[in-house]
Amino acid sequence: MQTQDLTADEARDLRALAGMIIPASAVYDVPGADDEKIFSDILRNLERDRDDIRRALSHLAAIAGCAFADLEAEHRAEVAKAFREVGGAPLAALVRVVLLCYYRDDRVMRSLGQEVRPPFPKGHVVEQGDWSLLDPVRARKPMYRTVD
Amino acid sequence: MLDKVDVLIIGSGASGAAVAWSLADTKMRILCLEQGDWVKPTDYPSNGRDWEARLFSDFAINPNRRARPTDYPINDANSPIKVVNFNGVGGSTIMYTAHFPRMHPSDFKVRTLDGVADDWPLDYATLEPYFAENDRMMGVSGLAGDPAYPPHQPPMPPLPLGKSGARFGKAMNQLGWHWWPSDSTIATSDYEGRARCINLGHCTPGCAQGAKASTDITYWPHAIRAGVELRTMCRVREITVDVSGMASGVIYYDAEGKEQFQPAEVVILACNGVGTPRLMLNSVSAKFPNGIANSSGLVGKNLMFHPYAQTYGYVDEPLDGNRGPPLCLWSQEFYETDPGRDFVRGYTFQFGRGVGAIMEAIISSNAGRLPWGEDHHRVYRKLLNHRITLSAICEDLPEEHNRVTLDPDLKDSSGIPAPKLDYTISANSLKMMDHGIARAKEVLAAAGASNIAVESPVLNAGWHLLGTARMGTDPERSVVNEWGRCHDVKNLFIVDGSIWVTSGGVNPTSTIQALALYIADSIKQRLANLFD
Repeated sequence: MQTQDLTADEARDLRALAGMIIPASAVYDVPGADDEKIFSDILRNLERDRDDIRRALSHLAAIAGCAFADLEAEHRAEVAKAFREVGGAPLAALVRVVLLCYYRDDRVMRSLGQEVRPPFPKGHVVEQGDWSLLDPVRARKPMYRTVD
Repeated sequence: MLDKVDVLIIGSGASGAAVAWSLADTKMRILCLEQGDWVKPTDYPSNGRDWEARLFSDFAINPNRRARPTDYPINDANSPIKVVNFNGVGGSTIMYTAHFPRMHPSDFKVRTLDGVADDWPLDYATLEPYFAENDRMMGVSGLAGDPAYPPHQPPMPPLPLGKSGARFGKAMNQLGWHWWPSDSTIATSDYEGRARCINLGHCTPGCAQGAKASTDITYWPHAIRAGVELRTMCRVREITVDVSGMASGVIYYDAEGKEQFQPAEVVILACNGVGTPRLMLNSVSAKFPNGIANSSGLVGKNLMFHPYAQTYGYVDEPLDGNRGPPLCLWSQEFYETDPGRDFVRGYTFQFGRGVGAIMEAIISSNAGRLPWGEDHHRVYRKLLNHRITLSAICEDLPEEHNRVTLDPDLKDSSGIPAPKLDYTISANSLKMMDHGIARAKEVLAAAGASNIAVESPVLNAGWHLLGTARMGTDPERSVVNEWGRCHDVKNLFIVDGSIWVTSGGVNPTSTIQALALYIADSIKQRLANLFD
């Protein structure tokens, strides 16, 4: 797996955190965000957020006192909770990249009942609706102020 | 030196395209310089699986985030509202939601009616034929009979109501409040070579179907066929003046970065309410040491946005989500001044159909609604496609301390000083936003929504850039006269949102373009004595 703009340790921590943010679920039959394919997508799409994500990972490692990925599961959860509570733009950027790669994975979209395709060219069907709902509004007198 | 042109337009967006098309029938030599490039429909995000993700990269609405080579940076650190725009042929009509209300008659007379700000030196009736002409050129869908407006007839039927719209309609009826299908520049039938809307649902960052009217596919094909030259990838640095103080042309950097001087008899600015004052303030000469046509000192001042107060909630059934144009209804119930309120002027409600999968996840994560861990999946499934949103788009009154200046350090990739914004939301606007939030909560409750949340002001909502070179009859209190000509420089015109006196409480593109057509007509009627 290409780590692109992250060091191997940073990528390992990011993957561990992504799996905590969105774990795999047998109930919904979806992979976690640490899934190989999804995580590769994450690494390819750091782009404008790379610096913020590196800052976030540095902060995560500081809270953990070591590599986040090396922590025991229970301790990881405590560190992740503390990390989320601090918040900030770098964390928001990290979570955003995880989400925007997760919620376009075919398996995830199928599980959500979403069609696995771009909007164009098929488009969507939107019901025209019942325009008689407008009748009470049609019955109103002009409500704009006149200017003479 | 390049050959002199009769008319040089800077900017190819909403107003630049309209003025170019209108002036083309004079058979003058007309040139438009555009700093961006043509955008191909195949480049729009809705062609690919990464359609939502690209809202955070090359089709981000914020130019500082997008940071294309054709963009310029904006120092907006001292503003709670960040600028949203697009640089390319079509300008920000590439990157808008196509919501197309007109200003109301009362918007032009706020001093007379409400004792605030200033009246415009023209009125709704003057602009009415230009609104109609622009509706025809842009291709507007909508429904005649809205009691909130003087009568007009959109050329195409309205966008579909859908599940989300019906939910809102019933709620508004329950409250006895006005609502109506929006005028929109999304074609609901095949129109003038444009294919009808097929509900791609991702309208803002360009329409792959071509149903959304951006000026690259409306005005520009007509203008170019009529002989107007559109030169892309040309970034103007400054407007030059001759010894008599008339504009003599512009200095720009071409696609290869080479400096060029383009002489012109007439220069027309169409760069929006941030780009135009930036260029004017960068155009310094012995005659105009504080920027061209700035003897009033008002160039860059009175910046108006429309502060957006957004309120949303979740209902118990799946609605339209991202399927279909995001905005399809408006309410003008709280538009006109009501002496019983603690603010003057008013706002429009825009009703949002819903958002896509990624946007829902990101917004809900940022709001702390979406947990980490196993419960993430359960909660997310209750949110996706269940959201309905109202935004109060509030009239912003002019205040001189809200302004565009030049940043002393920040420059674009051509080395041209970048704009710097200083902006605060007024007490009147804050009260109006609070009122809008309270009413929106009542609407959402009537619609059966829960889990109500508010974003106010919406951060990345500086779509409407207005007021920074205002129109008026007094040269000491305005930059351009009542037909768009600069008081100080009689062959320099401005046609974009900079010239607005007040902001109204509606999306401005319709009125910006009607004004541009009106100014073009004014120029045509005065060609024999244009500089008198």
